[in-house]
Amino acid sequence: MVELRETSPCAGLLPVTLGSVTVEELTPGPMTSLCVFGDASEMSAALEKAHGMGWPAPNRSTGKDGARAIWFGRGEVMLVGVSPDAALRKAGAIVDQSDGWAVVSVRGAAAVDVLARLVPVDLRGSVFKRGQTARTQVGHMPASITRTGAEAFMIMVFRSMAGTLVHDLKEAMAAVAARG
Amino acid sequence: MRVAGKGLIDRSRRVRFSFDGKTYGGFAGDTVASALLANGVKLMGRSFKYHRPRGVLSAGSEEPNALITVGKGAQAEPNVRATVQEIYDGLVTRSQNAWPSLDFDVMAANDLAAPFLGAGFYYKTFMWPKRFWEAVYEPIIRKAAGLGALSGQSNVDTYEKAFAFCDLLVIGAGPTGLMAALTAARAGADVVLVDEDSLMGGRLNAETGAVGHQSGAVWAAGVVAELSGMENVRLMSRTTVTGVYDGSTYGAIERVSQHHAERSGGRPVACFWRIVARHCVLAAGAIERPIAFQNNDRPGVMTAGAVRAYLNRWDVSPGKRVAVFGNNDDAHRTARDLVAAGVHVVGLIDARADVDVGDAAYPVFAGAQVCNTGGRNALESITVRTATGEHALQVDCLAVSGGWNPTVHLTCHMNGRPTWREDIQAFVPTEGAVPDMTVAGACNGVFSTAACLADGVAAGKAALKALGKRTAEVEVPVAEDAPYALEPLWAVAGKGRAWLDFQNDVSVKDIRQAAAENFKSVEHMKRYTTQGMATDQGKSSNIGALAILADATGRAIPETGTTTYRPPFVPVSIAAMGAGGQGHGFAPERWTTSHKRTEEMGAPMIEAGLWYRPSYFPKAGEATWRESCDREVGYVRKAVGVCDVSTLGKIDIQGPDAGKLLDFVYTNVFSTLKVGRVRYGLMLREDGTVMDDGTTARLGDDHFVMTTTTAAAGAVMRHLEFVSQCLHPEWEVAFTSVTEQWAQFAVAGPKARELLNGLVDAPIDGESWPFMACGPVSVGGVTGRLFRISFSGEHAYELAVPSRYGAALFDELVARSEKLGGGPYGMEALNVLRIEKGFITHAEIEGRATAFDVGMGRMISAKKDCIGKVMAARPGLVEEDRPQLVGLRPVKADGALTGGAHLFDAGAEPVRVNHQGHVSSVGFSPDLGCMIGLGFLRRGPARMGEVIDMVDHVRGVQTRVTVCAPVFIDPDGERVRG
Repeated sequence: MVELRETSPCAGLLPVTLGSVTVEELTPGPMTSLCVFGDASEMSAALEKAHGMGWPAPNRSTGKDGARAIWFGRGEVMLVGVSPDAALRKAGAIVDQSDGWAVVSVRGAAAVDVLARLVPVDLRGSVFKRGQTARTQVGHMPASITRTGAEAFMIMVFRSMAGTLVHDLKEAMAAVAARG
Repeated sequence: MRVAGKGLIDRSRRVRFSFDGKTYGGFAGDTVASALLANGVKLMGRSFKYHRPRGVLSAGSEEPNALITVGKGAQAEPNVRATVQEIYDGLVTRSQNAWPSLDFDVMAANDLAAPFLGAGFYYKTFMWPKRFWEAVYEPIIRKAAGLGALSGQSNVDTYEKAFAFCDLLVIGAGPTGLMAALTAARAGADVVLVDEDSLMGGRLNAETGAVGHQSGAVWAAGVVAELSGMENVRLMSRTTVTGVYDGSTYGAIERVSQHHAERSGGRPVACFWRIVARHCVLAAGAIERPIAFQNNDRPGVMTAGAVRAYLNRWDVSPGKRVAVFGNNDDAHRTARDLVAAGVHVVGLIDARADVDVGDAAYPVFAGAQVCNTGGRNALESITVRTATGEHALQVDCLAVSGGWNPTVHLTCHMNGRPTWREDIQAFVPTEGAVPDMTVAGACNGVFSTAACLADGVAAGKAALKALGKRTAEVEVPVAEDAPYALEPLWAVAGKGRAWLDFQNDVSVKDIRQAAAENFKSVEHMKRYTTQGMATDQGKSSNIGALAILADATGRAIPETGTTTYRPPFVPVSIAAMGAGGQGHGFAPERWTTSHKRTEEMGAPMIEAGLWYRPSYFPKAGEATWRESCDREVGYVRKAVGVCDVSTLGKIDIQGPDAGKLLDFVYTNVFSTLKVGRVRYGLMLREDGTVMDDGTTARLGDDHFVMTTTTAAAGAVMRHLEFVSQCLHPEWEVAFTSVTEQWAQFAVAGPKARELLNGLVDAPIDGESWPFMACGPVSVGGVTGRLFRISFSGEHAYELAVPSRYGAALFDELVARSEKLGGGPYGMEALNVLRIEKGFITHAEIEGRATAFDVGMGRMISAKKDCIGKVMAARPGLVEEDRPQLVGLRPVKADGALTGGAHLFDAGAEPVRVNHQGHVSSVGFSPDLGCMIGLGFLRRGPARMGEVIDMVDHVRGVQTRVTVCAPVFIDPDGERVRG
């Protein structure tokens, strides 16, 4: 039998540290897109029952590190870190996305400053708090950004764009670091 | 020359820089302008049109004259204002628009021809012959006139773009802005304070008046120190707000390292900011305006406020014998400050008859005007006209003040127009011109320091109220509160040219001529004379010019109105606006899981949208891409080829109404498709033309996977969103892009099944996987998906696995196919294979073709409705005379076919009226041994066997071709089912 080895989206590209900021690839485990056909109440109840987290409001996530439900768009949530319970299938569309996204963490005192070079939304700690999330852009790439800590963010872009994500982050990190 | 040390430069730090190849000394804190003035250099540039010698006029970003080029080689930056450029050790600058030298400029001969070169000269003169304008006149004029030039080399410097967000944006850090920022910051608001100067404080750094018990500059430094210690405040010096946009968004350009020698380590030259503020306090100050009189552009003639700035901030007196000319009390300060600094003041000329100057230590000419100047490259004398006649005064500097214009520019960027205030003879911002903006201080016509400080506090409080925050008390320090008294004086009567726009050489006469020639609207006058159209955008001259226009047309100034203020307020380099967009930053690069291996195999990449796909896989001994392509086509036709097709869009569609959705977006029926089967589908736009095509597989009762073409994946997703959100929100269906989740490979050729059976965990056969079957398979324990579909007409499959296994699977497929006499194939071979089978791509369905045109008219099901069905049935879209899809073969085997060529009846003249169609795709078919093509020909299907002409006017190719069916190989489709 053939053996297929795994390759991660950012293989050979990360980690990178420049100045006070470190970018690392995350392997958050299963990632599943949960889409509702209309009303989210049924899915929300199933999610609460099976995984102990509610259906997040727009720009919010529920759960905690290791198992999060991240708002991902209109009627769509990305369940990250746990395999979806079979009961969820009755409440909407369940689509495996574990291999579809490059997931990185951007951490450090200047993480907000680095992202301010690339992301057009307000990520200040007073406005964008831990657990808050946004579907926005990193440079020219569609992205999902979630604050995971006081100085930490989780960024997701299409797997195929991992190289550009790392390129753009490195340029922004270099510019911020050079200012001192 | 330097005067006794009292300014804000750092005398302990000497700096050496060069201007036009000569080295000069200065001090840290100097600008190029202040340092050159300190060295006695007055001539700093030549004007745009007449190449008249010009010196520095101002001490700020409004400077029209002293434009220099900074740096060398690829890094040279033209048109930098010497008043803004700070000096540093090793700074290299040079003058512009002069040849052979600034002192002796050959093109100054233009000035002698001035009587012929007035406003509208070009329009009147270079009318005929018509074609001469572009070919002869314009290049000559552009060469003669001009500013600094770009190096023409690729710049290695980095620039930056960034976003910032705050509660309150304060624009301008003079007394008003500092107080506004302090008031808001102490109340806890998140404040961004921007100022274009290197040193915050505004006019406080240029004046001698005290604030509280300190000098203005020391007080300002104290406030800046307090603000910089607050966590909720961001101070941005060297940053100019350039534009105001919707959503309380402000564009700003920051000079990050233009004042440094060091540009290494990724430090950007400049950063273009987009600042989003909940509220804004505009405290941009005011710009002093000159007075127009004959030869008022002589180097040494400066604004009175600039003379004070050079004296008080930079310890420089721009002259040894200085005269002051004004129409307001503010000008008197210049005379007082100069005398206090020990500079000889030759006289104070005040246009007003009744002025009280108290005990002046210099001659005062009340009710007098300066009507001319003398000298060549520097001011040597002025002529003063009094009631008793004209007197010459020997001076080397003249400080002029015609009053102050509030810097209203930003308040007009959202289509606001300023309001005229008769008492100060100036325009002020119209209230509410920009939402969520409070205008305060000199920018709002408040001119005394005390009033500005108080207005800043009031603005800060107004901002806090708007933000819903409580106010902390802020004490307003004591400061000068002199009234602003002025009588309007725009131009001194007299012969000769009295200059308004120094940078573009527009004189009072030009404005009057424009009015006389009926260019009476201020916008027409501007374009006819070029007033205010230079890089300084007429900051110091526009109001004077429209006052002259008002006079010439017998209208009041407010009736005449201003021209439109547009962003940017100061020049912004394109490099800053486009920062990050060079090289790899231009657009995201989408790489497949096989990208690395493909590059290792030496395959040149071609871009398909943002994706990178292999063109072909070269082998040793192959001289041209065609040889590689022919070989790869052979793999698929004779053995087995593998190709990464992951870039095709894959959309997972689930829900009870999934079938309904597909029936509605596709022309053909999908709700009847059996689970485990795939069907080809055609999708129309609402207007009835073809949008996209692809296959859709049914994985379960309520579960489909649609494939789209690579380029249209996003558009199809958007289309589905539109249908489900707007047309049928009641349908229970959800769709998700899974393009990135699956790495998918075509395995095509007679040995395709043989290859797969060595790879998948359970073997397949013709019965379990007939043509158009699909389902799950296990590959090395990994659950994948197998589709028996073909884009080559051969027995073929597409095998998909989760992307983490894509790289490994590609390696396996390549190795196994090579063992079977095949190998990987690229886009060139893929293209030939599909042309041989007459399969369409977006070369055929390019947005104009209908289903009828591509021979698929009958795929529009009569049994149901679908998007585009009605529109596709319009008579014009189903006419037999329309160009329709055909195959094309050259009559002679070596005949060339080219994509984009046009089709004509044999022997017909190849002109538009004889046009019969065009060629959409071509390729060399190794099987047929000649080029083949697909094209669209009028009444094509009825013309099989006809010989016609293909003419490529662009490449100069003409070939006689035979019209044939668009399927060249295996027309009955036996191989694909085998």
